Amino acid sequence: MKSTLFNMTAVLLGITLVASAGVGVVNMITAEPIAAAEQAAKTEALTRVLPQFDTTEATTKTIDEMLITVYTASQSGQTVGYAVETMSKNGFGGPISLMVGFTPEGEVVNVNVLKQTETPGLGTKMADEGNSLLSSVKGQKLTEKKLVNGMLAVKKDGGDIDALTAATISSRAYVDAINRAWMAYKSVVDGVAPSAVSGATKQVPANEPEAQKGGKNE
Amino acid sequence: MNKLQIILSGILKNNPTFVLVLGMCPTLGTTTSAANGMGMGLATMAVLIMSNLVISLVKNIIPDKVRIPAFIVIIASFVTIIQMLMQAFVPALYASLGVFIPLIVVNCIILGRAEAFASKNGAFDSILDGIGIGLGFTASLTVIGAVREILGSGAIFGISLGSADYMPLVFVLAPGGFLTLGYLMVLFNKLAKK
Repeated sequence: MKSTLFNMTAVLLGITLVASAGVGVVNMITAEPIAAAEQAAKTEALTRVLPQFDTTEATTKTIDEMLITVYTASQSGQTVGYAVETMSKNGFGGPISLMVGFTPEGEVVNVNVLKQTETPGLGTKMADEGNSLLSSVKGQKLTEKKLVNGMLAVKKDGGDIDALTAATISSRAYVDAINRAWMAYKSVVDGVAPSAVSGATKQVPANEPEAQKGGKNE
Repeated sequence: MNKLQIILSGILKNNPTFVLVLGMCPTLGTTTSAANGMGMGLATMAVLIMSNLVISLVKNIIPDKVRIPAFIVIIASFVTIIQMLMQAFVPALYASLGVFIPLIVVNCIILGRAEAFASKNGAFDSILDGIGIGLGFTASLTVIGAVREILGSGAIFGISLGSADYMPLVFVLAPGGFLTLGYLMVLFNKLAKK
C-alpha cells in the first residue's frame, strides 16, 4: 500500500484498535485466574508461618512510613496467631520483605522471606532453611532476647541475633524488618499506637536534611 | 528452502543466540537456571510465532513508511497477552522471570525476524520460521541455563546435585553468564562447521 498520509493514519489506527481489543479480551479472561493465583500465594505465605487457621483478618499499621499488615488468624473463632507482613528498606541490594508469624503469647512461629534481592550465596542465605538469623528467633519469645534500646540487634550491635557470615548489612535489614513486625504485632495485641523502630544503620546522604538516622521520634 | 529446512535453519544454521547473536539481554539475564531459560525461550517462541503469522498476513496493507511502528504494536500486544496468560496460569515462572517478560517486546529476534522473514514470506512459512528460531532460542537458553545452574548452584532444573556449597557462585552472576555464553558459542560454531 502506498505511504500516503491517509493510508498511514488509517492503517495504524486500525492496527491499534484491533490490538487493544485483543489485549482487552485476554485481560477479561485472565483477570479472575490472576486474582485467584495472588490469593493462593498470599494464603500460602500465611500458612507457612502460622499454626492451623481457618480465617484471617487484616489490619494495616504505618511504621516509619511503611505499611505493615498484621493478619490475625483464627481457628473456630479463637485467635491462634498473628502473621505480620513486614519489610525493611536497608537490604544490601534493595528492600526486603518478610512474613513473621507470632503466637498469641509472643513466640515466633516462623519467618518466611517474601522478597529479597541480596547477593547470591551471601545475603540470599536469609531465605535458606535453618539459617543463623532464623534460628536466632524461631520458637523464641522476643522479649527474652538481648535487646538494645528495646529492639533486637545482631551480635555486632550488642544484641544476640547471629548474623549471616559476611552479610552484616543483609542481616541488619532482616533484624530491622523483624523489629518492625514485632512493633506492629504488639500494637495490635496491646492496642497501643506503634512508635518508630530504631536500628537503621545505613548511611544517609548528607544533602537529605529530613532523613533520620534511626532514633525514636515519638 | 523446503519446509523442514526452515525449521532446522532456525535451530542450527541461523541459531539466534550462537550465530545471529540476537536477544543477548534475556539470554544473559534469565539463564541463571535451566528452568528459567526454558520458560523464557518458550514465552519468546510463542510471541515469535504469533507475531510472524500476523505480520505475514497484513504485510501487504501496511504502508512501507509505518511498518516498524505497526510491527512494534503487533509484537507488544502479543507480549502483553502472553504476560497476562503467564501471570494467570504459571505464576511461579512469571514471578521468577519478572521484568524480562515485558522486555520480550524489545528482543531483537522478534523484530528482526519480522523484518527479515515475515514481511517477505507467506503465512505458513512464517509460522515455521517462528517455530524454528523459537526452538533454537529455547534450546540455547536451556543449555546455557543448565551449564550455569550445574556449575553455579550444583543443581539442575531445581533438583540439587548435592554439591551446592562447593560450586563457584560466579556462574550464576553476570561474569559467569558472559563466560558460559562465550565458550558455548565457540563450541557451537566449531561443531556446526562440520
